[in-house]
Amino acid sequence: MLALVVAHLVVAAVLPLVSRRSRRAAFGVAAVLPAATLVWGFAHLDAALGPGLEETVTWSAALDLELGFRLDALGLVMIVLVGGLGALILAYSAWYFGKDSRDAPRNSALLLAFAGAMLGLVLADDLLTLYVFWELTSIASFLLVGQGGLHRANRRAAVQALLVTVFGGLAMLLGIVFVGESAGTYRISEIVAAPPPGGVAATGVALILVGALTKSAQAPFHPWLPAAMAAPTPVSAYLHAASMVKAGVVLVGRLSPGFADRAEWWVPIAVLGLVTMLIGGWRALHETDLKRLLAFGTVSQLGFLMVLFGSGDRIGEVAALTMLLAHGLFKAPLFMVVGIVDKVTGTREVGALSGLGRRLPGLAVAAVLAAASMAGVPFLLGFLGKEAAFEAFVHQGGARGWVLALGLLAGSVLTVAYSARFLWGAFADKPGVEPVDPRRPAAGLLAPTWTAAIAGLVLGSVPPLVNALAQPYAEAYPATDATEADYHLALWHGLSLPLLFSVVALAGGLALHVGRDRITGVHRALRHPLSAQRGYETAVAGLERAATQVTGRVQVGSLPVYLGVLLCTVLVLPGVALVTGGTWPQDQSLVSSLLQLPLGLIVVAAALALTRVRRRFTAVLLVGAIGYGIGGLFVVDGAPDLALAQFLVETLTLVAFVFVLRRLPAHFDTQNGTGSSPDAKPHRGVQLRKAALATVTGVFVAVAGVVLTGARQQPPAASGEFVARAPEAGADNVIAAILVDFRALDTVGEITVLLIAAAGTASLVLATRFDRKREAGGGTPEHEREVLG
Amino acid sequence: MITINVTMAVVLAVLYSVGFYLLLQRSLMRILIGIVVLGHGANLLLQLAGGPPARAPVLGTALPEEFADPLPQALALTAIVITFALTTYLLALGYRSWVLTGRDEVQDDLEDRRVAERQRPEGSMEADAEGPDDEEDPGSAAASDRTDEPAEVSGSGAAR
Repeated sequence: MLALVVAHLVVAAVLPLVSRRSRRAAFGVAAVLPAATLVWGFAHLDAALGPGLEETVTWSAALDLELGFRLDALGLVMIVLVGGLGALILAYSAWYFGKDSRDAPRNSALLLAFAGAMLGLVLADDLLTLYVFWELTSIASFLLVGQGGLHRANRRAAVQALLVTVFGGLAMLLGIVFVGESAGTYRISEIVAAPPPGGVAATGVALILVGALTKSAQAPFHPWLPAAMAAPTPVSAYLHAASMVKAGVVLVGRLSPGFADRAEWWVPIAVLGLVTMLIGGWRALHETDLKRLLAFGTVSQLGFLMVLFGSGDRIGEVAALTMLLAHGLFKAPLFMVVGIVDKVTGTREVGALSGLGRRLPGLAVAAVLAAASMAGVPFLLGFLGKEAAFEAFVHQGGARGWVLALGLLAGSVLTVAYSARFLWGAFADKPGVEPVDPRRPAAGLLAPTWTAAIAGLVLGSVPPLVNALAQPYAEAYPATDATEADYHLALWHGLSLPLLFSVVALAGGLALHVGRDRITGVHRALRHPLSAQRGYETAVAGLERAATQVTGRVQVGSLPVYLGVLLCTVLVLPGVALVTGGTWPQDQSLVSSLLQLPLGLIVVAAALALTRVRRRFTAVLLVGAIGYGIGGLFVVDGAPDLALAQFLVETLTLVAFVFVLRRLPAHFDTQNGTGSSPDAKPHRGVQLRKAALATVTGVFVAVAGVVLTGARQQPPAASGEFVARAPEAGADNVIAAILVDFRALDTVGEITVLLIAAAGTASLVLATRFDRKREAGGGTPEHEREVLG
Repeated sequence: MITINVTMAVVLAVLYSVGFYLLLQRSLMRILIGIVVLGHGANLLLQLAGGPPARAPVLGTALPEEFADPLPQALALTAIVITFALTTYLLALGYRSWVLTGRDEVQDDLEDRRVAERQRPEGSMEADAEGPDDEEDPGSAAASDRTDEPAEVSGSGAAR
């Protein structure tokens, strides 16, 4: 199974090479693999309907990760949609896209890659494997909706689809980890066999549901699906009707055997599914664009499927699998019909199409077959599914059963109404509208449409075929009584309540369509204070604004502010630890050697004066005083080497400073003779705050030094060793022995640092000199000429 | 047994406070001096952490037991030299900056200021949503037959 998935992706990668020769051939090549997948699926029919066909590939043994696949009845039905419809739609695309279409190479490759990812998704038996393919399909959807990114409608729709489904996907990943860790396995079949109890697993299940609801466009996440109609029609037919949007429904179908009796699972599914079915149906009644009409119809049907798959009822699940197959087989040809109508007339607007039915009767018949299946007319697959659905909830009874049964009835009335509206909108003669003058559609466009529509008729007329697929899946649920155990899909169940429901749905829907003008009036009168699309836009805009404001506050671009934050952090974290955990040493003396007093006084005085001076030269002299004072302290401490180095370094530093100071203005606050800049005069309050922060931090460092050194209990271990071994290094001075022998590598590093610093300094100074040489009067800034004399 | 005495603690506190204070200023030269002062403080702290005053660790001048701890001294020596290297490099950098820009002040990052004044990010989806939509429906059958790139590219101006 993995080989099949990988083959899709590999062929997709080389497809652009074929496209260079012929775009049509590329679609043809692409159609081969999905068709082969369909054949492969039916070749394993016995295993799929029986125990299931499993395959496990170890991904990373150390991490206990594996790619797990399993072909079962649900997988087989999805293969019909992904492989069978995929092949038809790819063949259709070959004629849909122009011979030299700029979009064709991209679409052929992406559609095939998507087919591979989708195949992996429906076959996955491991939650993590499933997640990988899940996100791959989201990315494929983003690329296919976005197309070249040249149109705003494409960009917005692609981003919306990606944001919504990936948001759900990430929630799902968290849920997968929760469920997988509490179950001890990521195998779907094992989790369903022994569903994990407890709060963590319940949270995980709810999070997984978020992923399923977003992917299958359930309210309130549904607006991304109609927006995705900005994609070319074959893409909409494949991704956004037949296959990808089913992913959420399929996931619910996979997990329901383990979780259907839990409230956190079935309540959101039933409520949101029903609401989605009604909202989608209602919105579809008012769309004037045939493609968007179908998109809202898809939203509605996905809600229907969601309710069925979450029902956890033997008959309900038979209905679920039947409707899953039926929806693919009627929605894909309907989209293909829209594509053909658009192709031959140049419009998809209900108000502009008139008389098409008389001009293209063949196309109209195919559309009628598909739309009738959607409406639930007998002898078509949709009828079988709907009958079973009504039977399930009527039989279940109780408040839950009746609410769902009547809700589904209302949804079915709407479904019939928008099915009729679709046929009327596309093919009817409309008074006052100029009849269209269509071109003849290519046979390559008609053949796939007819094939899918006929499949719905054949399967709908021979119920045992679908029964054979649906029963093995539904047997995962226990039958509570004889009616459930004996239920079979059939055209005639006798005079029963479900049949009455079907009749009511058909009659009511047709009545709604006849009274469409009045319905439009009601629609206009209703205001929508709660629009899901507006909710999405508000959320995204709010996120953008919040991000900008947080960035503006946190990243102010001022160095003193950043440093202040750093110092405050030092005070808060180690500072608190010091205050709560440190102990002030008992044996502290005022002074160790009397000489420390005058030297310390010099250093302190020079340092304090440093904060007040305004002349640069004075400041540099004061720094020198501090340095020499510290050198003196080193002498007192018994560190003559340190003192020597300190005196030497201090002198050199002074010289370097003086070299630079020659060029700079005498005072800190004057800027190169041009006067002070607007913010050169610092605010007094700001300076006070800086001083306070600096003082507190400085005191903290000193206190930390005292406390930490005072905490030492034992004499240093290594120092005695250095002293004892110094003669072996041939040195009397232990410091020298350490520097050039024991820690010689450190010294090499130190020399390297010195060299790099010297090279950097030299290059900066020489750059200025080079400028001066090159400067011939023009080109360099005025101040530089002034500086360089 | 090894404790920094009160006088030295005060010296350390003053050195670090002055160093931090200068570091918080806007003048590049003051910041540089602040780094030098902080370096002095750090070197002194390193040495003081080794223990109270004692004899220089030179063999033959005193008994090994009277020696000051040589290891912190060696480390402080390295630190002094590296502080010097850092100081000269920063000095050259500040000088070059002054030659080029004519001021030795640390400026606020203008781009950051601009971000703070913005209501929404650049390339915001909200802004992209405003304005009229394209004339052509990108999902139409006609769009799928096009062989050329559209002349008018919405949003970010013409492509060529």
